[in-house]
Amino acid sequence: MSDKILPPLIERPSPLSWIYKNLFNTWYNALLSLLSGALIFWIGRAVVIWLLEVAQWRVIVTNLRLIMLGQFPISEVWRVWLGLALLALITGNSLGIWGRKARGAGRVTIGLLVLLLGLAVITSGQSQLWLLGMAGLLGLGWWVGRSAGKGLERVVITGWVIWPPIFILLLRGLGADSELLPLVGTNLWGGLLLTLLLTIVGIVFSFPLGVLLALGRRSSLPIVRWFSVAYIELIRGVPLITLLFMAQLMLPLFLPTGVNIDRVLRAMVAITLFSAAYLAENVRGGLQAIPKGQYEAAYAMGLNNIQSMGLIIMPQALRLVIPILVGQFIALFKDTALVSIVGLMDLVGIGKTVLAQPEFLGLQREVYAFISMLYWVISYAMAYVSQRLEVSLGVGER
Amino acid sequence: MSKKFYPLFGLLIVAALVLAACGGAPAASGDASEPATADTAAPADDAAPAPAAQTAAQGETLAAVVARGYLVCGANNQVPGFGYVDADGNFSGVDVDYCRALAAAIFGDADAVEFRPVTAPERFTALQSGEIDVLSRNTTWTLTRDTELAGNFTATTFYDGQGLMVPSATGFTTLEDLAGGSVCVQTGTTTELNLADAFAAAGISYSPVVFEDADSTFAAYSEGRCDAVTTDKSGLVSRRSVLADPSAHDILDVTLSKEPLGPMVRHGDDQWFDIAQWTVFALIAAEEYGITSANVDQVKASNTDPQINRLLGNEGELGAKLGLSNEWAYNVIKLAGNYGEIYNRNLGPDTPTYIPRGYNSIYTEGGLLFAPPFN
Repeated sequence: MSDKILPPLIERPSPLSWIYKNLFNTWYNALLSLLSGALIFWIGRAVVIWLLEVAQWRVIVTNLRLIMLGQFPISEVWRVWLGLALLALITGNSLGIWGRKARGAGRVTIGLLVLLLGLAVITSGQSQLWLLGMAGLLGLGWWVGRSAGKGLERVVITGWVIWPPIFILLLRGLGADSELLPLVGTNLWGGLLLTLLLTIVGIVFSFPLGVLLALGRRSSLPIVRWFSVAYIELIRGVPLITLLFMAQLMLPLFLPTGVNIDRVLRAMVAITLFSAAYLAENVRGGLQAIPKGQYEAAYAMGLNNIQSMGLIIMPQALRLVIPILVGQFIALFKDTALVSIVGLMDLVGIGKTVLAQPEFLGLQREVYAFISMLYWVISYAMAYVSQRLEVSLGVGER
Repeated sequence: MSKKFYPLFGLLIVAALVLAACGGAPAASGDASEPATADTAAPADDAAPAPAAQTAAQGETLAAVVARGYLVCGANNQVPGFGYVDADGNFSGVDVDYCRALAAAIFGDADAVEFRPVTAPERFTALQSGEIDVLSRNTTWTLTRDTELAGNFTATTFYDGQGLMVPSATGFTTLEDLAGGSVCVQTGTTTELNLADAFAAAGISYSPVVFEDADSTFAAYSEGRCDAVTTDKSGLVSRRSVLADPSAHDILDVTLSKEPLGPMVRHGDDQWFDIAQWTVFALIAAEEYGITSANVDQVKASNTDPQINRLLGNEGELGAKLGLSNEWAYNVIKLAGNYGEIYNRNLGPDTPTYIPRGYNSIYTEGGLLFAPPFN
């Protein structure tokens, strides 16, 4: 007898036998398969015919800039591109540095490169050059990160921290008199740009606020606890749209005449405050799942409160609630569509105004299908990144 | 956990909340749009929470607009023909063009205007709180709005009213053609009542086909379940646009109710009210006298009619009386066109949003547009 141990036999069915085994193994399964097959074919055919023949995509092509950037002046669009190019450089760099540890980072890099080059193929002129430049920067950043390794970590983290303010500064400009970066008022920000800004600001600011509220609710100090409970329950008890209406309609009446707070800023604050209340409860759920032994072990190590919370408890608690947090951030991203009701021209708001253009009247299906597709792509990207993060952190495995 | 740890968190939470709630204010003060007036609105501060309490002081609005360098106009961005954003990112429409005319009157520059899209619930608040200088957003002139909502309607720029839409194939053009026919109408609204009144007054019989909401009303019409459908004319235009073949439907030149739409300004600043009102009159007068953006230079140079000379600033000091330059009306006509040009650009026969002019004609042509004399 050979001492070679054979691997277990893996059955590799041919496609035909797979179909037979899974779809046509009994007469009623065969019937069901045929019926659902017909249904899928019927619906799929109608969708494809509509997509390729009926739909008038000219409305999207003509209004692409409006849908992406709102009324952002065409002469200043380079500022958006420059911000995105910086983002591509930092992203490539991060993927290069941490890609060796995290599984799937290579796939993400290639996916992003394909996406950028694909977009460059279908666009023309300035957009094409910028997209090619972004692809180049992404590759360059990846290569630099890959070869420099850990040495660059601190630089890249600083880059991530200072990118959002730099981007907003680029968008807004330095002032009305500035030659290089003239002021572009937030009333001209719109479309996907505004939707993403509201989302990013909402996530970035509601996260620390929510973590603090979660800790506050578990505090043994009565005032802090009461305050946190009151805040969370009050904000959770009202719909987001009422907060937005409060910010857009009530607030101006309480301010003296002539004092105006920027409308986009008001929406950002309302979204942040709303999201923080939900986030606090999600994080609290994670904190409750940490066994008491972890706290005791941390004290036994001689760590003080801040150290034990920051180094032992919070990292474990947050790791546990990643799926919930990402779910909440995706919901937040889609909730920003509500600002179209208070007169801001986000993705949905700009869609409504595109539909009012006399030459494109009645093209609701095309516009809303395109906007839905944008929402789906971005939501799915967020979900995918979170899955990779879970895999690399081993959530659910240990 | 030891207790000394918690006060720190408490402080952080309070600090974070304070920052989140108020942190924006200083940053935004750079583009607060009325810096010059922040401390001059003394009467308003006494009762700030009451919605109707904020009014503008005499001459304050024009001073603020001039200091700022541009007009802030509350507009609609979702009504075809009246207010929307075109593919280049520019606002267009009848209501929008009025704001350009007002900017031309003040600055001699029709582009010195910032459009602030306002939705129906927030429009009056935006006007009261000074976020916008003028509201030009298909708003119907009613007593409540003219009083309780602390606004003043300046003039009617569009006489909207309930209209009727029929399939072009029927060849109907008047109310009488519909005798014995059926009309799709939404129940429980004044629309239904107006329809009954109009047919009763004309002594014609018809059968109403009533529905609970606007969507099913128009769905039934598009399925051919009635000969005509009725709602406000501006609404008919956008509803027609979503029918299978918009060009196969006509809006009759018949008006069943009163919906006068016009620009609105805040209570309390009569000078600003006069400017906003006389800009409308200048547009109407220009059409009456046959002055267009194309021939205004020629008319200004060669005209002998004293009325037109005063309008265009060749004679008298009419502009100065409004606090503007004497060429204000010339600028309006040159840069925005007269009323007819604005109408035809947005709602004329060559546009997809064609509405017959009806009441919106000069009084000499049987309409309601009438400008007081420029004396």
